[in-house]
Amino acid sequence: MSRFEYAPAPESRAIVDIKSSYGLFVNGQFVEATDGKPFKTVSPSSEEVLAEISEAGPADVDKAVKAARKAFEKVWGPMSGRDRAKYLFRIARLIQERSRELAVLESLDNGKPIRESRDVDIPLVAAHFFYYAGWADKLEYAGVGEDPQPWGVAGQVIPWNFPMLMLAWKIAPALAAGNTVILKPAETTPLTALAFAEICQQADLPPGVVNIVTGAGRTGQTLVEHPDVDKVAFTGSTEVGRAIAKSVAGSDKAVTLELGGKAANIVFEDAPIDQTIEGIVNGIFFNQGHVCCAGSRLLVQESVYDEVLARLKRRMGTLRVGDPLDKNTDIGAINSAAQLARIRELSQIGEDEGAERWSPECELPAEGYWFPPTVFTGVSQAHRIAREEIFGPVLSVLTFRTPAEAVEKANNTPFGLSAGIWTDKGSRILWMANQLRAGVVWANTFNRFDPTSPFGGYKESGYGREGGRHGLEAYLAH
Amino acid sequence: MPTKAASDKPGTRLEVRKTYKLYIGGAFPRSESGRSYVVNNAKGKFLANASQASRKDARDAVVAARKAFGGWSGRTAYNRGQVLYRIAEVMEGRHEQFSSEVALSEGLSISKARAVVDASIDRWVWYAGWADKLAQVVGSSNPVAGPYFDFSLPEATGVVAVLAPQDSSLLGLTSVIAPAIVSGNTVVAVSSYERPLPAVTLGEVMATSDVPGGVVNILTGSASEVGPWLASHLDVNAIDLCGIEDPDEARDLEAASAENLKRVRRPAEEDWTESPGLSRLTQYLELKTVWHPIGL
Repeated sequence: MSRFEYAPAPESRAIVDIKSSYGLFVNGQFVEATDGKPFKTVSPSSEEVLAEISEAGPADVDKAVKAARKAFEKVWGPMSGRDRAKYLFRIARLIQERSRELAVLESLDNGKPIRESRDVDIPLVAAHFFYYAGWADKLEYAGVGEDPQPWGVAGQVIPWNFPMLMLAWKIAPALAAGNTVILKPAETTPLTALAFAEICQQADLPPGVVNIVTGAGRTGQTLVEHPDVDKVAFTGSTEVGRAIAKSVAGSDKAVTLELGGKAANIVFEDAPIDQTIEGIVNGIFFNQGHVCCAGSRLLVQESVYDEVLARLKRRMGTLRVGDPLDKNTDIGAINSAAQLARIRELSQIGEDEGAERWSPECELPAEGYWFPPTVFTGVSQAHRIAREEIFGPVLSVLTFRTPAEAVEKANNTPFGLSAGIWTDKGSRILWMANQLRAGVVWANTFNRFDPTSPFGGYKESGYGREGGRHGLEAYLAH
Repeated sequence: MPTKAASDKPGTRLEVRKTYKLYIGGAFPRSESGRSYVVNNAKGKFLANASQASRKDARDAVVAARKAFGGWSGRTAYNRGQVLYRIAEVMEGRHEQFSSEVALSEGLSISKARAVVDASIDRWVWYAGWADKLAQVVGSSNPVAGPYFDFSLPEATGVVAVLAPQDSSLLGLTSVIAPAIVSGNTVVAVSSYERPLPAVTLGEVMATSDVPGGVVNILTGSASEVGPWLASHLDVNAIDLCGIEDPDEARDLEAASAENLKRVRRPAEEDWTESPGLSRLTQYLELKTVWHPIGL
């Protein structure tokens, strides 16, 4: 197949001004860490060191919690909902004003294509703050009683796949409900959270309402286990979520967990084929497959298997893998060397267990962390690539004959975050949606997100919802 | 010519006592362990030997509850509401029996015990009415910024293990089972250890109230003994720890429950006579959001 060549169309990185080193954001100011070791954040597409980041140790986390407690008691708690709303609206506007800069920064630090950070992540970040801003003075209508109260101090730990969007999912509802927060971004993607700290300064947000402590798992653990944290919110792996659920046992802490997934994306023989192929591609290759709700298990009805696979492979051949800052790029860099190693390992296991591996021909850059879009066929339900979250651009394909078999296979997982259905038959969509044990069901679409739309899992994909009125409820004592 | 036995004289008839058994999958087995324990009344006088449920009984109950889940959660909300209302009807017919058991178990006067039974029956009625209102109250239509129809509906979490209150043997038990099953969950409940008799009778009510077998399973015995097996059971989706009085024990059960991310309700001070509110009901709900494009 001849390939239509694009000229490079790089987004300029001149718009971002990355400092050589960053402190922690505690009580409204950037401060030096007192008991942690600094670490570096690199651009996964070039392995270039972007900045040196402070690691918050126990004393730093304690300071941040104290600042948040004081702000909760003295300022943010007593403040009228109307004024909290105005601060959040301000933040939403500041994000919109600085959106291009934030998108470039996100793509640099995370490796995701600028097309996604610019058109999906950052607009959704602003939308989340805008949505929850409007709730701040309407809490009595949130459905948790006439005089709903915040939990107090929220400790929030977020992953590296949607660094700033996950920050928004956590901070916006927490502040709207009247909590103050300490947020720990992922160690590989701290830059947009630190830019957000500047935005809090620009918004004149009272000191201590938002605190950002950078670091790795140990910092996160210190934060969620801190005795003066009232509410814990975590997005990340099921393994860490389990550890958090154990560590808060016996405490009074409220917890919400948004964990892993292994979504079935189910294609029936009457599915609109062009949209379906786009949906499959979006389902697994969006954000390099670093998506907890990724459609990583494709279930295709046997009668259309050959056609779907042929078209899917053809479409995969047109995906452009490369420079995240190039506006034509479809698939960016894998976020870290560690994640790349995991994707490689599980893919190797897929081959070893007998599944057939296929990737289109594609040139990968010499520097950085890259993995080509990959599809495995001949996958059985027992294969590890059908059971474990790979969190990369790797699709496992299984087949089914009847709707009941599709449901059985789709639900045969300890996860329950999301699922996809592709069919032209309305009654079948609704029947399938009823049967699937998953918190988000996309029918004839996939990977859609909106601040008004609750998101979260069944079973081992965690508990609690983010987004919408339900997402607000997670930050109100009840 | 038949002669009149001595026991036929008025007031001298020998009572037929009941064997108090477990209620699992719609049947009344004894504990597979063959164990029973002595149940005394509030004054320490012997009432009965109750079955002492074992780990195996708990596992059998989970299997029964899982088997019943698809059918029960798949029923219409209207139908589940009717079945819960039927429970209230059948309890009403056994009012005297419940009152007497509550009075003996909890050391209440018969008039106070009757008030407890009244409240328990009324609670079933209250929850029955929730079945077909829940989705409207806790669900939503979501105005997303794009051409999509997007709605969120509550669904049952699955199998819920309930370690029932130790003090309130009927009203407390009702107040922890009803909010779980009304939305389509199925339940494995461990009754009050010292006051199990109303729980056994409630099992008999379940068996005669159109509640499908396995939807409610009632084990008598020790929550401390059976609780850990339920907390660590990977086919249990949620657990209510309200019958656990020791904080360390509650912590350990919560930690064990983390293994498969069970939804955990921690023990708390409860006044079962108060209006229950929605928090127990919503504790065992999952929210499902469905998206579909709008277009020609």
